[in-house]
Amino acid sequence: MHEIEGFVEPAALAPSVKLTGIGKSFGAHRVLDDVSMDLFPGEVHVLAGENGAGKSTLIKILAGIHTDYDGMVMVGGKPTRFNNPHDASHSGISVIHQEMSLVESMSVAENIFLGHEPSRGPLLDRSQLTRRAFDLCAQLDLAFTAADLDRNVEEFSLAIKNRIEIAKALSLDARVIVMDEPTSALNSTEVERLFVLIESLRARGCAIVYISHKMEEIYRIADRITVLRDGRLVGTAPRAGCPQPVLLRWMIGRDLDGFAPPRAAPPESAVPALSVKDFTVPPSSPGRPPRVHKASFTVRAGEIVGLAGLQGSGASELLQGLFGAYGPVCEGTVSLAGNAACKPASPHDAIARGVALLTGDRKGTGLILDLSVQDNLTLAALPRLSDHGLVDKKRERNIAVKNVSDFGIRVHSIEQPVSALSGGNQQKVVLAKWMNTGPRVLLMEEPTRGIDIGAKHEIYEMINEWTARGVAILMLSTEMPEVLRLCDRILVMHRGEITAGFSRAEADPEKILAVAMGASTV
Amino acid sequence: MKLFLSSCFSKPWVRALFALVLIFAVGCIFNADGAFGRWSTHRDMLRQVSVYGILACGMTLVIITGGIDLAVGSVLGFSAVLFAMLSIHLGLPLLAVLPIVLGAGVACGLVSGTLVTRWRFQPFVATLSMMVFARGLAKWLSGGQKISSAVQQPDGSYSYVDLPPIFDWLDARLLGGNISAVTLVFIGCLVITWFVLCKLRYGRYLYATGGNEAAARLSGVPTVGARLLAYGMGGFFSAVAGICQTVQERQGDPESGVSYELTAIAIAVIGGNSLTGGRGGIGLTLMGALTIGYLEKILSINAVPESGRLMLTGVIIIAAVLLQRRKEA
Repeated sequence: MHEIEGFVEPAALAPSVKLTGIGKSFGAHRVLDDVSMDLFPGEVHVLAGENGAGKSTLIKILAGIHTDYDGMVMVGGKPTRFNNPHDASHSGISVIHQEMSLVESMSVAENIFLGHEPSRGPLLDRSQLTRRAFDLCAQLDLAFTAADLDRNVEEFSLAIKNRIEIAKALSLDARVIVMDEPTSALNSTEVERLFVLIESLRARGCAIVYISHKMEEIYRIADRITVLRDGRLVGTAPRAGCPQPVLLRWMIGRDLDGFAPPRAAPPESAVPALSVKDFTVPPSSPGRPPRVHKASFTVRAGEIVGLAGLQGSGASELLQGLFGAYGPVCEGTVSLAGNAACKPASPHDAIARGVALLTGDRKGTGLILDLSVQDNLTLAALPRLSDHGLVDKKRERNIAVKNVSDFGIRVHSIEQPVSALSGGNQQKVVLAKWMNTGPRVLLMEEPTRGIDIGAKHEIYEMINEWTARGVAILMLSTEMPEVLRLCDRILVMHRGEITAGFSRAEADPEKILAVAMGASTV
Repeated sequence: MKLFLSSCFSKPWVRALFALVLIFAVGCIFNADGAFGRWSTHRDMLRQVSVYGILACGMTLVIITGGIDLAVGSVLGFSAVLFAMLSIHLGLPLLAVLPIVLGAGVACGLVSGTLVTRWRFQPFVATLSMMVFARGLAKWLSGGQKISSAVQQPDGSYSYVDLPPIFDWLDARLLGGNISAVTLVFIGCLVITWFVLCKLRYGRYLYATGGNEAAARLSGVPTVGARLLAYGMGGFFSAVAGICQTVQERQGDPESGVSYELTAIAIAVIGGNSLTGGRGGIGLTLMGALTIGYLEKILSINAVPESGRLMLTGVIIIAAVLLQRRKEA
């Protein structure tokens, strides 16, 4: 274990929560072993590690979800054992999960006080509920009116829902708030607002456990950093004692040079693989502006074109529209590989024409979690793997086995349910699924969202291989460094329109952000 | 050893088999003076469970897509009446009757399926309306009368016609009297369902649609087609069950099949098919059918009254579902 010399723990304070020698096994598999960690009031403690390092398991122990573990949890100096999540939250530990744990069909106020509603005897005290919810929201810079508090949570954006979760934590007088990748679905403005909020929570004396894969964020807000690898504690250090190269080495156990491996841009003469002219996606409900308005651009074979834009820019809708996910309602012309205009009318049609779409929501729209790894790998390619409607089981199996080795997917067996894999491995399954359809145009949304650095690197290398084979890639990413290093050209979208284009040489983060936020000239 | 057992028990078919073996063991203990040891008891059990089992085949397909089909019992009644009218009263040849009856069953299923896919009805509501409608259709078609070999003449008197030969074929015992013909029909339906689920591309599409419809659609899966297939096959099996029921009762009863859908759902659930969709299989349904069949048989040979039988069946369903839940712990 690494000990950083010269680091003085904030000794004046007693830790809010002290974890000692925590271990946990699933069957014969030891996922956590002898992990100790202190959380002091008023610190932002970043918990880092690759996917599968044991971060989630540790958090679930802290949240009272896993009750069967070794070691000791001390809250406020007293040994404590949570029997359920209710115990944990009433001991002042709140966990804000990646998958939001709000009840969408209930109101904001009801959600905030779910499980500990202010009441008078058996009756719900509505006026107190609203008043206290209002106060909490005001503290969190959520300008809600009483009417807003009565609206259902489903009507609000992810960023607002995130805040509602924090309000829920504060209503329980949380001393420790765990945030599991809170920014993965937020745009940059929303991220800034979250950081301001974290600052104020810190000032109130909350301990924040912050899990993130994003370097910029870690170094912006961490007071201390704890790294786990393969279920073991690698070390804890103050931010200054753990610069980026050290952090990376701790996380992956080896040095990683560079960010994305270099690749040569395709020659100007390469044939266009995807040409789009005046592509328009009509609005979701009448009277609103179109989701995408007259987008025109070309992606050449072997080229990577990036789409940049804040949430609501229409970039995601453009990809979905090109893939035929909205059905045949889109206007404009789309031609593939120079063929006459052929606009995909459905995903089925798009796949048959050599177009693939990696969606940004791996669990919601990328995978079928109930099915096995093999079934997921071959799902989109089944028409190629069957004869007169009968699936060729032998070929299917061979392809799945080959995928697992080609993509470096870590599995016990290809019959294993895909839900049991870590995020990085699941993402590789989705990528392999699409490559099995033999795409010439690969549309990607957030290809590396929520996966660890090692897996990210592997995916970048695969992307390079595919472009070398002539696959054209159009990708959307909210991670600016990824867009800047990976893409040959970058198109910026704002309110459904492509407002600017940059070559890799011209692009810089400030210019892109300015255009994405609607600046007319750069 | 403990680990091995718990990993075995994480497989749904092991749990379904466990429940079946348990029931079988109970039968061996309470064997009603050796009645449980005779093949004829098992043969009769298989015959009695066959019609429910045929319905459960279709139910399995629908449940795997994440739906439910409440209409199977009514469609059975409608098919029974239609079959009896065409074959007994009109005396049409079998080659004409079968396609019409089976086609009518498929049509009922497709209507439910269309309500679910095109008009986005919840499967419960869509098939509930089909259940009510098909029962009405059966009563209208038959004029509320049982359709038997007694044919009413214009003057009000009855004359008797011969039952067509299929009534004897399907009600017979085959292989030296050791198995009923309807049981063979049930086995045929199991094989068809197995073939669809395990061999056909569309079988995979049923699982994918039930597991995650959005992801399936974006993977190019024809989710509408998959759902229509499931409900259509559900209607087909209901018609097959209707024919078997008519043959066994020797008449087409517009009231037949009432509440059979619940037994069919119970069979699928006891077998371990997940009502949330995406998981399950025909093997599970077979074990569910045998479990229910043996349960009924053991209770009846031991002369347990119907009231007790019903209550016990309810308890068994709860136990089966609890058994399935162990895996998530």
